[in-house]
Amino acid sequence: MQNVIDTANHIVAYAAKAARVQVIAAYPITPQTSIVERIAELVESGELNAEYIRVESEHSAMSACMGAAAGGVRTFTATSSHGLVLMHEALHWASGSRLPIVMPVVNRALGPGWNIWADFTDSMSQRDTGWIQFYCAENQEVFDTIIQVYKLCENERVLLPAMVCLEGFILSHTYMPVEIPDQEKIDDFLPPYKPKWFLDVNKPISHANIVSPEWYMEFRYMIQEAMENAKQLIPEIDKEYGKYFGFEHGGLIDKYKCEDADLILLTMGTIGSEAKIAVDNLRKEGLKVGTARVRVFRPFPREEIRKLAENAQMFAVIDRGISFGMEGFLAEETKASLSNQKDQPLIAGFIAGLGGRDVTFKTIEKIAKKSSEWMRAGKVGKETVWVDLRK
Amino acid sequence: MTETFSIRKYLRDLKLPFCLGCGIFTVMNTFLRAVHELGHENLSKFVFCSGIGCSAWIPSPYFIADSIHTTHGRSIPVATGIKLLRPDLNVVVFGGDGDIVGIGISHFIHAARRNLDVLVVMVNNMIYGMTGGQVAPTTPFKTKTTTTPYGSFEQPLDAARLAVTAGACYSARWTTAQSNELKESIKKAIKMQGFRFIEVVSQCPTSFGRRAGFKNAGEMIKWFKENAISIEQAERMAEEELAQKIVVGEFIRRKRLTLHETVYEIIRREEGKNVED
Repeated sequence: MQNVIDTANHIVAYAAKAARVQVIAAYPITPQTSIVERIAELVESGELNAEYIRVESEHSAMSACMGAAAGGVRTFTATSSHGLVLMHEALHWASGSRLPIVMPVVNRALGPGWNIWADFTDSMSQRDTGWIQFYCAENQEVFDTIIQVYKLCENERVLLPAMVCLEGFILSHTYMPVEIPDQEKIDDFLPPYKPKWFLDVNKPISHANIVSPEWYMEFRYMIQEAMENAKQLIPEIDKEYGKYFGFEHGGLIDKYKCEDADLILLTMGTIGSEAKIAVDNLRKEGLKVGTARVRVFRPFPREEIRKLAENAQMFAVIDRGISFGMEGFLAEETKASLSNQKDQPLIAGFIAGLGGRDVTFKTIEKIAKKSSEWMRAGKVGKETVWVDLRK
Repeated sequence: MTETFSIRKYLRDLKLPFCLGCGIFTVMNTFLRAVHELGHENLSKFVFCSGIGCSAWIPSPYFIADSIHTTHGRSIPVATGIKLLRPDLNVVVFGGDGDIVGIGISHFIHAARRNLDVLVVMVNNMIYGMTGGQVAPTTPFKTKTTTTPYGSFEQPLDAARLAVTAGACYSARWTTAQSNELKESIKKAIKMQGFRFIEVVSQCPTSFGRRAGFKNAGEMIKWFKENAISIEQAERMAEEELAQKIVVGEFIRRKRLTLHETVYEIIRREEGKNVED
């Protein structure tokens, strides 16, 4: 085991190395760039035995990954913001082809106004592409999730690509201590990728073929089934990882003091770790509050949300992103998960931290206090609140 | 020229974001000087388009003019829309090598092919400068960058010659060490019609020079001066000798029917038919 203090971007590079990725294709974009730079160093120095393709765009990066993954090797890329949305077409193609590509996404706002800071709208707007999506709260989780996710994606019951999302600058450029387990142990947990089928000149197959209306739906159904399977496997893999290496991250949802909580703050990413501080402070003031950090957004943990709703009186959902014309992404999905359920809790949505604006524990405490007022009144004052909006 | 040149006249009162010693200052200054010498008191006859990268900041938001800052590589398609709507205006695209002939290269080729009447000024710093110095399609062979720590192993692209092949009416290459030639070239290009391309090999001391072994911007300009050779000189040299050289000059100057001329001619012809019917 090795203790390092480094940025999440460099930790991503070390995780790629630990996962023994074989082909990397990437294009630089702020704030992802230091991932591909560190990987270039690892490849060129021979520490990581992989092919690294310096492509001319993100669309080409994903396309090159698809080619490599179809050839049956473990594949990696990373991007941010506009790079991710430029990949959009190829993202559908990767999941439709059932290629287990893993891609860290360093979350950054979309322009215009041009902005390089943290915002979930980039990856959230890719939620229907058939990719599994994880959101991380700290650098250790970034490392662990990448290793876990290769195991998940390459499972025959899943065979889907996955994004591992981490917020730009808040994680990507922040130094934190991380434990990197011994390589032999990682190799034992994550054996080499052995696909059942791949491009092989001796056993030729036609990849990504035309499918008529007779069968298209069945192929789509299989992707949905794979997502459901992933939902089962994610907590199991997280537990197994915990047994191996001592770190668990809550499976689908990382819950903190939710057991007896009347008010639950639903969060994602680093707002989730900040919310823990807010919860501790508010508990001292006598407020029965907890926080549930949604770690996996696709497949969405519908059943776990329902379970959380059984004992809670209210959910306050904090979103670092908005689906224009509706509401925050997580608020939307939470409400959808609770439809047809008896005795639903009150739900209020809070939009906060867009374009990298800080969401501190103080902001979260304010959100919680407003929510608890509404909880006592038995009525939500406003469906969606824009937190600290300047006039 | 009735009055002396003042760059301030064309610029908004903002602080420029470029690093000390950046070649963009020369390109910006030279372009506006050319505009001034052509008698333009302001930029009201121009529209500017740019994508993503340091050079994209030349017009936007600094020029007192209409400008659109678009996504990475897509400035030429946006310029196509503007030119077809307003053929009376000078549409100028500023961009870096990564923008114009990296991610956006297909638009560059097609705009030259269909002879879109725009001027593209490409600041070639031979690197992805804004993201900190990653290898680009224009990076010289064997150059050390952050993504090629042991040297680039791909051959660089010759953008000025590609423009000729694709059908440009004007294509020239200069370095920031030849600001006078560059200025005259810009003046000529602004007055011409059709797809016009000017490549300016430019120093990026921060992201390129530092790793490539240059101590400062001055050393890079000296390198440009010593290694820039004319097209005629280049014709007499062997390929190996040319590898480290920068070939400068005008690669083509010709007349071809422009895209908007063709499009508007068809519109006029078909409308005329309807009237006769």
